Amino acid sequence: MTDRLSSAFAKGPALVTFITAGDGPTPAILDALVAGGADVIELGMPFTDPMADGPAIQAANLRSLGAGTRTADIFKIAKDFRAKHPTVPVVLMGYANPMVTRGAEWFAKAAADAGVDGVICVDIPPEEDDALGPQLRAAGIAPIRLATPTTDAARLPAVLDGSAGFLYYVSVAGITGLQQAAQASIEEAVARLKAATDLPVAVGFGVRTPEQAAAIARVADGVVVGSALVELVAKYGEQAPKYVQELTAALAGAVHSARKVSA
Amino acid sequence: MTIEPRNSFRNTPDDRGHFGQFGGRFVAETLMPLVLELEREYRKAKQDPAFAAEFDDLLEHYVGRPSPLYYAPRITEELRKGAKPGPNGQKMGAQVWFKRDELNHTGAHKINNCIGQILLAIRMGKTRIIAETGAGQHGVATATVCARFGLPCVIYMGAKDVERQQPNVFRMRLLGAEVVPVTSGANTLKDAMNEALRDWVANVHDTFYIIGTAAGPHPYPELVRDFQSVIGKEARAQMLARTGRLPDLLVAAIGGGSNAIGLFHPFLDDTSVKMLGVEAAGHGLDKEHAASLAGGRPGILHGNKTFLLQDEDGQIAEAHSISAGLDYPGIGPEHAWLKEIGRVDYTSVTDTEALEGFQLLCRTEGIIPALEPSHAIAAVVKVAPTMPEDAIVLANLCGRGDKDIFTVAEALGTKL
Repeated sequence: MTDRLSSAFAKGPALVTFITAGDGPTPAILDALVAGGADVIELGMPFTDPMADGPAIQAANLRSLGAGTRTADIFKIAKDFRAKHPTVPVVLMGYANPMVTRGAEWFAKAAADAGVDGVICVDIPPEEDDALGPQLRAAGIAPIRLATPTTDAARLPAVLDGSAGFLYYVSVAGITGLQQAAQASIEEAVARLKAATDLPVAVGFGVRTPEQAAAIARVADGVVVGSALVELVAKYGEQAPKYVQELTAALAGAVHSARKVSA
Repeated sequence: MTIEPRNSFRNTPDDRGHFGQFGGRFVAETLMPLVLELEREYRKAKQDPAFAAEFDDLLEHYVGRPSPLYYAPRITEELRKGAKPGPNGQKMGAQVWFKRDELNHTGAHKINNCIGQILLAIRMGKTRIIAETGAGQHGVATATVCARFGLPCVIYMGAKDVERQQPNVFRMRLLGAEVVPVTSGANTLKDAMNEALRDWVANVHDTFYIIGTAAGPHPYPELVRDFQSVIGKEARAQMLARTGRLPDLLVAAIGGGSNAIGLFHPFLDDTSVKMLGVEAAGHGLDKEHAASLAGGRPGILHGNKTFLLQDEDGQIAEAHSISAGLDYPGIGPEHAWLKEIGRVDYTSVTDTEALEGFQLLCRTEGIIPALEPSHAIAAVVKVAPTMPEDAIVLANLCGRGDKDIFTVAEALGTKL
């Protein structure tokens, strides 16, 4: 199932888009992301205590849970998406407790049944991999790990060991959606990561505009945008898909234009 | 140096910070290097006689330790009145003793841990302190040590708690701390902890997070326990000196569980000593409560695997207790383990029972306890009459009640 992920990155820099499941008209928003040119979908699993997220995604989590979103609904959304968009990879992103609460094996199987390609769990570091990693790998799902500005050279091999799909570089030591890292520090970090792994490296946290995305796409394999899209869902609600598609198209244009430059 | 026996209950956690299946280091990657560095530095500090000497000196001359061990004659007599004779007709009603940690500077056991952690922070070269607080006791203790050592201090506190704990908010500000009301989530303690973690992630280079209870990512549960173990070490020596024997039963209230683990841990290998942890049953275990062991199941939150109040999807529930210090949907991982292996018994008492315990101690001993140890007192009220007269029950009086008089007045229908 990681084939969909490797194909998505094989074409050159990929646009990775995040939205929170159950916040707004999710299926229509997912269609809009694909129509706008997103290459990888990150579907956020809402959690009561999203401690790595900034205000925009925190609020999206609460809106989704307030609307009654259950874990079963998220798998249903993923499954319907898979039927409709057979080639676009879907990654579930969230926190450990909702993922392990019925047992890691249950979660891995449900994700595989729904056609999910990868899982990003914010609060399971490599040291605690046995809480979820073996079950995901057994089910053919890529455990996608995070590297950060605090991940030093001594630690990087442990982060890479057992990770698959792509490596998510969190470009700032901080929470989602706030400040953006300096381009120079991103370039230095991506070069260091790419020297250590063959996995595609996608850069996220604080990326909001096509200009930022284009600059990052010139050095990285992927650009992750989340809060800027989630804010459109907050602002436009049921009308959000139209605006989401507009921003996605602008971001995708910027990211994909780097393909020609690098080719 | 003593060598722990191989089958000791006191040689946890393991190298990964696990207590059986509980504990661990479930944090975002940004924090992992820092958590590992904290562990390395704590190992060094633990071996450093100068660190221990400074800790002991501050506990003696700044905090006011050792705290007294007090035999409570009038509550003992009061509870004997209702005791039924034993199976062989013997007289029942155990002696009730209290460890007086409410007499510490700042009025609770919280300061023991804050002294230890700020010494670690200084050792690690950190120049800024953050903490979360519920009722404000840990916030006040943290603000106190920050003033003592001249470090800037930011306290995260749920907006709801800021509203209902104004005196402690004012105390923290007097001590020079910045109090940040947290308006995310449900505006209470767990949300304050989330916000403190968000601050920490963004300021890892210069900031030390003083966690207030024996929970969070490894090594916090271990180091908080170690700093709080002064309670049990003193109590054990004091009891031996006064009575020539060990107590039969230890009782302590549990929110996160730091005062309880501090009392219990030095006694864990004394097989004759039974232990009882008391959770907050709030309005009742079938209604809103804060008893994670009684009403929760294992899960992962705030850096550790432990018992949590949660729904079937793993979404965290809001806790309720009249005692803001017990109002948390989780519990320290070592308690989760001690419950699982059966070394410690756990029970719970309701808001109403705790209020009765509170008033009983006021009237019989002239001590106004905090609402947290009032839960322990309520458990003593139930259990002491079922034990023989020569038995000894030792409860931890982990905080004084000045901070709670408004809450108690309201609960009793008195307008101040």
